[in-house]
Amino acid sequence: MPYIGSSVKRKEDVRLLRGIGKYVGDIHRAGMVHAAILRSTHAHARLVKIDAAAALKLPGVLGVLTAADMPGLKTIPMRTGVIPGLERSQQTPIATTKVRYVGEPVAVVVAENRYLAEDALEWIDVEYAAQGAVIDASESMKPGAPRLHDATPNNVAANFQVDVGDVDEAFRDADLIIEEEFSTQRHSAVPLENRGLVAEWDEGRGLLTMWGPTKMTHTNWRILSELTGLPQSCIHFIEPEVGGGFGARGEFYPEDFLIPFAAMHFRKPICWIEDRSENLKAMNQSRQQEHRVKIGVKKDGTILAMDAEILFDMGSYTRTHGGVPAIAASAMLRGPFRVKNYRCNVFCVLTNKTPVGTYRSPGRYEANFVRERLLDMVAHRLKLDPADVRRRNLIRHEEMPCDLGKHPFHSMVYDTGDFPGQFERALERFGYEDLKATCAAAKLEGRAVGVGIGCFVETSGIGPWEYARVEVDNAGQVVLYSGCNSVGQGIATALSQIVADELQVAIENVRVVHGDTAKVPYGNGSNASRSTVMAGSAAVGASRKVKDKLLRLAAANLEIDTADLILRDGRVVARGAPERAVSFKDLARLALPGAALKNGMTPGISEEDFFATDKRPFPYGVHIAEVEVDKETGKIKILDYLVTEDIGRKINPMIIEGQMAGGLAQGIGGALLEEFVYDEDGQPLSTNFMDYLLPTAMEIPKAQLISTEDFPSPHNPLGVKGAGEGGITAAGAALANAVSNALGVEVKKLPLKPDYVLQLIKDCQAAG
Amino acid sequence: MSTRQVCLTINGREYTGAVEPRKLLTDFLRDDLGLTGTHVGCEQGVCGACTVLLNGEPVRSCLLFAVQANGAELKTVEGMAPNATELHPLQEKFWELHGLQCGFCTPGILLTAEALLKEIPHPSEEQIREWLSGNLCRCTGYQNIVTAIHEAAKTLSERRT
Amino acid sequence: MKPAKFDYHDPTSIDEALGLMSQFGDQARPLAGGQSLVPLMNFRLIRPAHLIDLNGVDELSYLSAEDAVLRIGATTRQRQLERSAEIARRWPLLRDAAAFIGHIQIRNRGTVGGSLAHAFPSAELPVAMVTLGASMLLRAKTTRRSVRAEDFFLSTMTTALQPEELLTEISVPELPANTGWSYQEVSRRYGDFALAGSASLLAIDGKGDIRYARLALTGVTPIRARKAEESLVGERPSEALFCDAAQRATENLEQDSDIHASAEYRRAACAALARRALTQAAQRASDSMKGTLR
Repeated sequence: MPYIGSSVKRKEDVRLLRGIGKYVGDIHRAGMVHAAILRSTHAHARLVKIDAAAALKLPGVLGVLTAADMPGLKTIPMRTGVIPGLERSQQTPIATTKVRYVGEPVAVVVAENRYLAEDALEWIDVEYAAQGAVIDASESMKPGAPRLHDATPNNVAANFQVDVGDVDEAFRDADLIIEEEFSTQRHSAVPLENRGLVAEWDEGRGLLTMWGPTKMTHTNWRILSELTGLPQSCIHFIEPEVGGGFGARGEFYPEDFLIPFAAMHFRKPICWIEDRSENLKAMNQSRQQEHRVKIGVKKDGTILAMDAEILFDMGSYTRTHGGVPAIAASAMLRGPFRVKNYRCNVFCVLTNKTPVGTYRSPGRYEANFVRERLLDMVAHRLKLDPADVRRRNLIRHEEMPCDLGKHPFHSMVYDTGDFPGQFERALERFGYEDLKATCAAAKLEGRAVGVGIGCFVETSGIGPWEYARVEVDNAGQVVLYSGCNSVGQGIATALSQIVADELQVAIENVRVVHGDTAKVPYGNGSNASRSTVMAGSAAVGASRKVKDKLLRLAAANLEIDTADLILRDGRVVARGAPERAVSFKDLARLALPGAALKNGMTPGISEEDFFATDKRPFPYGVHIAEVEVDKETGKIKILDYLVTEDIGRKINPMIIEGQMAGGLAQGIGGALLEEFVYDEDGQPLSTNFMDYLLPTAMEIPKAQLISTEDFPSPHNPLGVKGAGEGGITAAGAALANAVSNALGVEVKKLPLKPDYVLQLIKDCQAAG
Repeated sequence: MSTRQVCLTINGREYTGAVEPRKLLTDFLRDDLGLTGTHVGCEQGVCGACTVLLNGEPVRSCLLFAVQANGAELKTVEGMAPNATELHPLQEKFWELHGLQCGFCTPGILLTAEALLKEIPHPSEEQIREWLSGNLCRCTGYQNIVTAIHEAAKTLSERRT
Repeated sequence: MKPAKFDYHDPTSIDEALGLMSQFGDQARPLAGGQSLVPLMNFRLIRPAHLIDLNGVDELSYLSAEDAVLRIGATTRQRQLERSAEIARRWPLLRDAAAFIGHIQIRNRGTVGGSLAHAFPSAELPVAMVTLGASMLLRAKTTRRSVRAEDFFLSTMTTALQPEELLTEISVPELPANTGWSYQEVSRRYGDFALAGSASLLAIDGKGDIRYARLALTGVTPIRARKAEESLVGERPSEALFCDAAQRATENLEQDSDIHASAEYRRAACAALARRALTQAAQRASDSMKGTLR
């Protein structure tokens, strides 16, 4: 029975369940000391003076490092999302002359333990000369606003346009034009494990070892080499267990330079584990965008044109993903709908807040909210069923592959799919038609019950390439060395399933090695739902090469033609004569250098493969929500929820469903609860878990999560599309639509706080 | 500041240590005793990753000083499985039903679940969710955790009969 | 977030504890459940030089309901309020209020006295105690005094406690027969601090008129809605009556504003919750009289 398609129990789990999995905070090195970061308490200020004399006198303090100890400091580069202009606002790992957000690293203290390090932080005297802070993107663009970076005079770090068709011409034919402003709030990944690193410098041999890097291990390996001048061959990254990433963990942060620098400076292993209050100030934030959108439609709901302006609030510095949330939002604003005339003007705006990066379904969560709200507004104004407006505009199967037109930074050709088919199935499964009647009846009783739809297309499986090496070791075990990373998503199990099927071994006899630069020389990491697609495909390629070698070795050993040999249960077996067989273990012995070289063969059973593609698979689907709103308290109860997603092919259905469920929970958190709030001076107000609210088991309903394999992707040998982001991506959209429907109001921003909901009700009542 | 002797029983075994009073129980367990299964997520008493059983009841170990645990009986996740080759029914069900992804919240949730099932052997879904509300999970969306606990309840009750 | 250094004391008797409080005055903080204090210490927002651990003072932990008064030792765990059959029978408001406090793990350690002494705005036990007409026993090394709940809460996290004093006991008087109760709360998430909360006690006489009414709301400190209570006594329960009472209770009601909700929201929510609390209390009072209350 094949492993692919089967809900195999995860190989990662037993150690995690027993509590013996080692996360970075669990790693102890002999002589290890502890770092704490002194962070700016000003949102925008000149750094006048740092006096650490008093801190240095405290017992147990080894030293304090500032920019003065780090000559030749370079800025952290972008690895993607490079929009011209963004390079002008990159960040040095530690503040030099200015601080631009509360939380920016100003000094690094190293002490015998974290308690003493935190004591020492309080004795460092920093003199700031405060400058005005700007926290609103619109305000930041205005003349006279405080300037964050000398090279970006108007705080617009970058600006680009998407222009497809002829928007102005199309608007002239519209029966109805709606112009609206929407906003999504700042929120982000907030994984349960805080960030951390352990860095150890072997002074004798000039070798640096780091535990903790993940997500983009090899990219960060290269970046650290560039920033320190240490060759990659002298740096060893090891990935421990990782407590969730969701896009934010594993990018190259200031601390990814500061901690190894400190290790080399003090010549002691250094452990740095941030605490939650730091995490909520210093880990990449996301999702804050303002959209001004104009949509032109015919009176039957056909969309003629969309014209959008997006203000992407990027915080105070360009981080490693450049402008990805803005690029993705502008690329995917149209979603699965036919909009032949589309213009989008995007401003990446600097503000004195924590820098922004990607968070699960970056830019798309925001864009889906905006577009789906607009469609419901169109439906409302034209007195059409919101489902009908969507039906009229969903791109049909016959139109695939569908080229949405040129985008300067994002490929826009939807590969395959049946958006209308998926849509109808979702509505039927949810009982949409009956539900409309239920909602109407409830409203007559005075209850605010409503239903909301959110359609989406996701991007996934980005290239450009991924690396795999498969080997058979001396015990006959199959080992996959993969360039991907694990952030807890179960990729090692999925890859094991793929390799086990290719080589016909039991999954227990497959081991996956990832995140270790000494064992895996190349990789592009785990982001953008790429791992099963890219690492999986590379694993297929390498496995097939290994299969080839196994057959050749066995052919020579058994003196049977390779065409008459098959792989079965960890052996190579003669077709029709199963007693003529040789085990992988024995073949590995035959492949040892002594024997192999004598036979003119390359020693070992080990093959590499790179899977390369510039094409992305686009998963797609629908979110539908049913809610009831308490009109007196503004509290929202989710009565029912459905997500459908076509992901081409399922490697492990249980893991896929888990991704959808987890994504949905985050999507609900983003729609109702989570927000990074700042005061007008740029002081962050959501710096603990009673202010930044993550959903608990009581806030997340049981949902229907349906993944389908209707249209395998033609772009990779497995036919898979990435399943990591479909669960989150249209939750803001569906819930905002459901609440709007329940109350007869028009939601224009997230989150749906009780306060905001009550305000909408009040305004609606006042308007009569 | 002087240190204090702490002597306590964890997972049936006696441990001693000398700690300064401000040392949190979480750090004592993890750093002094090497029991790293108890995780630190917030040090504020909200996320539940640090949950241990103190005299049988689930508590936040990040809100206890190690000195307060003197003479106490603790259970951590390391004490759940009966031996090195078998798992507790809760651990079995979490594994079978995909009740974890990154695993960081898992030890705290397992212990909370164990306490729940002792107090309420056949909890409803609502009761399970109420008990879980003090443990945050960022990966799973909770449904599989609820199902796993529900199923484990059946196994445990079968064992009793 | 690690706390700042402190000296640790673990007395085993009330006298010993009071002696330490007297010795160290405002340099000392008593530690009970720690569910409110320790987070503040971890954030270094509070840095006591001396921590007086009361968990070893067994004589501070008790629940006794003889002679028609409920006496609660200050270090009684909140979870015990939920589990007590006596409280469920005679003071169910207390059980319901306690069940809203955080989560089970918090209530396993958090204490009744600790919650009251911490006096966090919108906390449940302060509101419940005000509604129930409870009294606090405050003791110092050589003094002892009783303060009514209504007079105990002065301001945000500020009570009538003097630096050397400990809250040692809370006493809750018996309620009239067939008193209905209700605790209503709205929060962002299950277990969070309340954005708004209301507690009510109502008893109805043989004719069906309200003979006893208590109503309190959350605020910076618990707010007893006396005018609303007065408007209820002698009247027949009805939706209109309760709407009116809720209006009176929340007219010009002072409320906090923060990132979770504006003062305006809290006021509006308080009004809704007050009305719901009165309605449910009246229903329970009526059910009790009919003997159908379970």
